[in-house]
Amino acid sequence: MVGSMIGVLFDGIAYGSLLFLISVGLSVTMGLMNFINLAHGAFAMLGGYACVMLMSRLGVPFLLTLPLAFLVSAAVGWVLERSLYRRLYKASELDQVLFSIGLTFMAVAGATYFFGSTQQPLQLPDWLRGQVNLFGIDLGVYRLFLIAIVVLVTAALGYLIERTRFGAQIRASVDNQQASAGLGINVSRVFSLTFALGSGLAGLGGALGVDVLGLDPVFPLKYLVYFLLVVAVGGAGTIKGPLLAALILGVFDVAGKYYVPDIGAFVIYGLMVVLLLLFPTGLIGRRA
Amino acid sequence: MSATAKVVALPVADGKVQPKPQWARLPNDRWKALEIVFWLLPVAAYFLFPGYLVLISQIMIVGLFALSLDLILGYAGIVSLGHAAFFGLGAYSAGLLALHGYGDPILGLAAGALVATVAGFLVSFLVVRGTDLTRLMVTLGVGMMLFEVANKVEFTGGVDGLSGMEVGKIFGLFEFDLYGKTAYIYSFVVLFVLFVVLRRMVNSPFGLGLVGIREGKRRMPAIGANIEHRLKLVFTVGAGVAGIAGALLAQTTQFVGLDTLGFVRSADLLIVLVLGGTGRLYGALIGAIVFTLAQDYIAALNPAYWQFWLGLLLVVIVLFARGGILGALDRIASVAAARFKPAGKGETQA
Repeated sequence: MVGSMIGVLFDGIAYGSLLFLISVGLSVTMGLMNFINLAHGAFAMLGGYACVMLMSRLGVPFLLTLPLAFLVSAAVGWVLERSLYRRLYKASELDQVLFSIGLTFMAVAGATYFFGSTQQPLQLPDWLRGQVNLFGIDLGVYRLFLIAIVVLVTAALGYLIERTRFGAQIRASVDNQQASAGLGINVSRVFSLTFALGSGLAGLGGALGVDVLGLDPVFPLKYLVYFLLVVAVGGAGTIKGPLLAALILGVFDVAGKYYVPDIGAFVIYGLMVVLLLLFPTGLIGRRA
Repeated sequence: MSATAKVVALPVADGKVQPKPQWARLPNDRWKALEIVFWLLPVAAYFLFPGYLVLISQIMIVGLFALSLDLILGYAGIVSLGHAAFFGLGAYSAGLLALHGYGDPILGLAAGALVATVAGFLVSFLVVRGTDLTRLMVTLGVGMMLFEVANKVEFTGGVDGLSGMEVGKIFGLFEFDLYGKTAYIYSFVVLFVLFVVLRRMVNSPFGLGLVGIREGKRRMPAIGANIEHRLKLVFTVGAGVAGIAGALLAQTTQFVGLDTLGFVRSADLLIVLVLGGTGRLYGALIGAIVFTLAQDYIAALNPAYWQFWLGLLLVVIVLFARGGILGALDRIASVAAARFKPAGKGETQA
């Protein structure tokens, strides 16, 4: 019993880490640019396809596909930000929602056209498969790997945001765009780079998630709620908020599906309603 | 207020601003000639295109559904990503009633309206709370949740949907026929009656208050308007009308599928409304006509392409054609008016 609980907790944390990795970019986009980007999942899907296609068509090893997935999604994100997204920062929320739904639909149709509508298989390298026994509990190696990567990425992200000059520029731009611009910060450049970074992280998450979440053309729609949930519950514009929310949601989702499979899908929605009622502006609001 | 053209002087110091007569600033409830022509079109279509009655009935149902979203999105400014939830509730209510022997269409409509209205009322408490993002999440989450319920629960038929229902005669007199004639007239009457009611509603002080909330949420409380109360009311009404549209679809097609609750239906609905133009009721109807005809044509060629073009259309509308078809027509009309009547009297409002 205790063993299964720890197992569920472990799986939940791995799942939550993945959700965090994909959603953190969305949180920053919403907090920094006030842009409701429903197409965020499409960047994750792009990373996933990049990973699968590089492995199956070009024989690139799995570990090497991860940074490449990051780069592909980041590059596409950067181009789209420069060409389309930036026109809509001042637009109404409805326009942003419609625009990003439009992008999502195009991504879904495009992925169906190029890769077919079936689930993409992913052959993990041998050393990432199977289980290891730690303190008498069997843990999936891949899930451990996932958690380790997310811990690394989060630490790097924390360092970037809290300790570097660019991080200070991001924080300043989130807090007050006009004052930051007045102080000589190139806010539009900060926006582009941040958007690219967020898209890249989503792509990395998508590549890592192929084995856990699956990958097919409707991926951006299927997991849209989860990504938005993480941001809405966690509070937009922070890193700690989405991290906390993603872990909570991940653990509850896995636990719900494991212990009460009949109503598994509702656990997360019920939790969302309760959390949003208690914390209308997110668990960790930007303004204390 | 009386219908006489009272002149309200604006408190401008130098008095140079031309005071507008009050009737030009308040919504005008009188039916225009163009509107009457518009409503005669479906009547003419009944005789001219007997082969397309089923398609036109579909258009009218989509139009009614879009009207319900126009109330809460176009007038009150609440962006909902899960409006199909109420549509599906109405459809399943009417469908289940008909399946269990209560096939009276009017009863089905009433049940659909009631269930959706109650659900809308409950959800409205969550919707008026919180920020725009929270609203999106709540509407999306409610829609997804209902989708899951309908998928899991046995009595909805799951993915197979509800079929084999027996819808009775309307008022015990008019039977649904194979050619869709009764369904056509039935849908048209329901749509028209509800349109008249909604038209009256948005042209009332309540409707004006909604526009006020949309345009300046901070200022409305300052003139003593209870924002929460109004938003809850309009959301509930919108949900109820969506429920009626759903019930209508269930009765005229005698089938309820899981997709009536799906996210794609909510998203399509947003597209219908934005395509036609928000906040003007007729936009919803025009959007429904164009969207359904295009869908009928393009989706027949290839469903996957359809979604791509739909996405592209959305992006193009947002970037270049805000206000949709009616907005574009308005702009053309105002440009033309400015050219032909330099006196500046040619303001047109749909």
